[in-house]
Amino acid sequence: MRIETRRRWAIAWLTGPAYLWLAVTIFLPLSAMLYFSFQKKGPFGRHASEFSLKHYEAFFTKGYLQDLMWRSLEMGFHVTGLCILIGFPAAYWLARRIHGRWREALFLLIVLPFWSNALVRVFSWTIVLRPDGVLDRAVHLVIPGLPTIDLTDSYAAIIIGLVHSYLPYMILTCFLSLQAIDESLLEAARSLGARSWTILGRIILPLAVPGLAAGSILIFVPVIGSFFEPRLLGGPKGTVIGTVIEEQFTVVSNWPLGGALSFILLAIVLLILAVSAPVLKNHMRTT
Amino acid sequence: MRTSGLFASALLAAAVAAQPLAAGEVRVLNWQGYGTDEAWGVEAFEAATGHTVVHDYFNSEQEMLTKLRTSPGAYDVVLINSAFTIQAAEEGLIQPIDSAAISNFGDLSPGLRDAAEFRLDGDLYGVAWTWGLTSIAYDTEEVDPGNSIDILWDPAHAGNVAVRDDSVENVYLAALATGQNMNAPDDLDAIRQKLRDLKPQIRTFWSSEDEWNKEFAADAFDVAVYWSGSASRSAKAYGLPVGYLIPEEGAIAWLDGLSLAAGSANPEGALQFIDYMVSPDHFVRWDTEVGAPASANGVAMNQLPEDAFNRQVLGDPAATANLQFMAPLSDETRETFLEIWEETKAWYAE
Repeated sequence: MRIETRRRWAIAWLTGPAYLWLAVTIFLPLSAMLYFSFQKKGPFGRHASEFSLKHYEAFFTKGYLQDLMWRSLEMGFHVTGLCILIGFPAAYWLARRIHGRWREALFLLIVLPFWSNALVRVFSWTIVLRPDGVLDRAVHLVIPGLPTIDLTDSYAAIIIGLVHSYLPYMILTCFLSLQAIDESLLEAARSLGARSWTILGRIILPLAVPGLAAGSILIFVPVIGSFFEPRLLGGPKGTVIGTVIEEQFTVVSNWPLGGALSFILLAIVLLILAVSAPVLKNHMRTT
Repeated sequence: MRTSGLFASALLAAAVAAQPLAAGEVRVLNWQGYGTDEAWGVEAFEAATGHTVVHDYFNSEQEMLTKLRTSPGAYDVVLINSAFTIQAAEEGLIQPIDSAAISNFGDLSPGLRDAAEFRLDGDLYGVAWTWGLTSIAYDTEEVDPGNSIDILWDPAHAGNVAVRDDSVENVYLAALATGQNMNAPDDLDAIRQKLRDLKPQIRTFWSSEDEWNKEFAADAFDVAVYWSGSASRSAKAYGLPVGYLIPEEGAIAWLDGLSLAAGSANPEGALQFIDYMVSPDHFVRWDTEVGAPASANGVAMNQLPEDAFNRQVLGDPAATANLQFMAPLSDETRETFLEIWEETKAWYAE
């Protein structure tokens, strides 16, 4: 019994600081924002606090907010999809084909963008994508006579910038899953006459699902809330729910509406996770 | 009665005469580096009048009002954006000015001098000093500007127009284009529609003067909303072929005035200082040596060199006849304007 109590104390002491940290850094600000989202007005100026649902109502009554929410979700799906298409093969290559020093060097190249400021990355893309920019010149060097390539202020530019920013998450999470696959499983499949496509579809992909899922969540969630990449790379085409939320805070100090839109976004993310979790679980159980 | 009145006047006259010329300090409240504190100007004023000039500064309009509220009598001259003059007068922070004491008053452009923003109950509370615009700049080599704000909506410039990603500015422009009072537009649907109609025109949003100059130089757009002071610099300092259009429908304007603080210990010196500030002497040197916004003094504008941007573009009295001055906006109005603009941007992004 005494040992049991001691163990409990030990657990409390060991995990306490982490929970305290979470409470102070995440729970408190979030609950403050939740409180403001149900207020009529923000924390500035002299006025009594007054409960109101009008900022949540705004989302359901104003069509353009729903359009922008959908646009952000679409952007999230596009970016996540492209990251899977590019990141999974890259991770597979790294995990199963490349070894030793080369792997280290390639890892460094993949992680390198993380070491630079996100704004710098986005601005460098504007230099690449603008007319007479790096991309335009490179293409014209190979095929002269093509019309000018100008991707600035376009949806494509936003997607390129976001995929570039978030791709490392997908590569790293998939790499961990793929590396953990026991080589003998693949050998057994091969010895039983399975072709490479069958091995990929029936063994490797199912075993890599945790990595794909983790990478997708790590990418999808920040992308649908992103605001400066769409603004800087999309220009007039770069309005999404993230920019609207940001402008509520920076342009008009309308914390309640900004907060309400953020929580609606959060609710949608949780809904998507809740719907996809059983699917993923089933998938993993069958394998 | 009459004799005693005369006697009193005589006494007063004697008292004034007995005072030395150096009547005292003129304490000025302004933005730092905004004209009144140019060293050569202060020296010239001190030499001419014997008053010494002391400056204090503010970093926002709210701070200026707070300083006036909390330190009554601490200032003589205060710079107030015309959007705040009436509020300051209503709060009793500034006092009426006798325009007869300002010898340059007659030279001020009537449209600016007589702006309703400077008057409360018929009394004058601010002397128009400097002003500037948000209007339309264009490429003089490729565009015939005409004289209408509809140049922004002209299909000839489709895909060649840039605006700033700013809700207030764009709602103001659409209000002007639809013939409304931009500070209190009553037909918001017309503004929504006008902004939507801009979709095929817009090439890009600009966000800084530097970006504007670079993109203009790279021929990214031919017609763009721009600030008058910045257009002046683009033409003068960067040699870009930038013309500036003040449409007949009007333009967004800000106007700064100099006011006399309530409880001023030296009102006479304060008025002399204001008179010197609105004089051609001070403005011409300020604009040519340092670079200034436009002067409210038409005579001063005409004394600038022929090629000075301020004289060429903003010196035309007809151009200043239809300006609309920015008024302070309530939180509700700001939120409404932002909503209109965001809805429009969502439409642009589709």
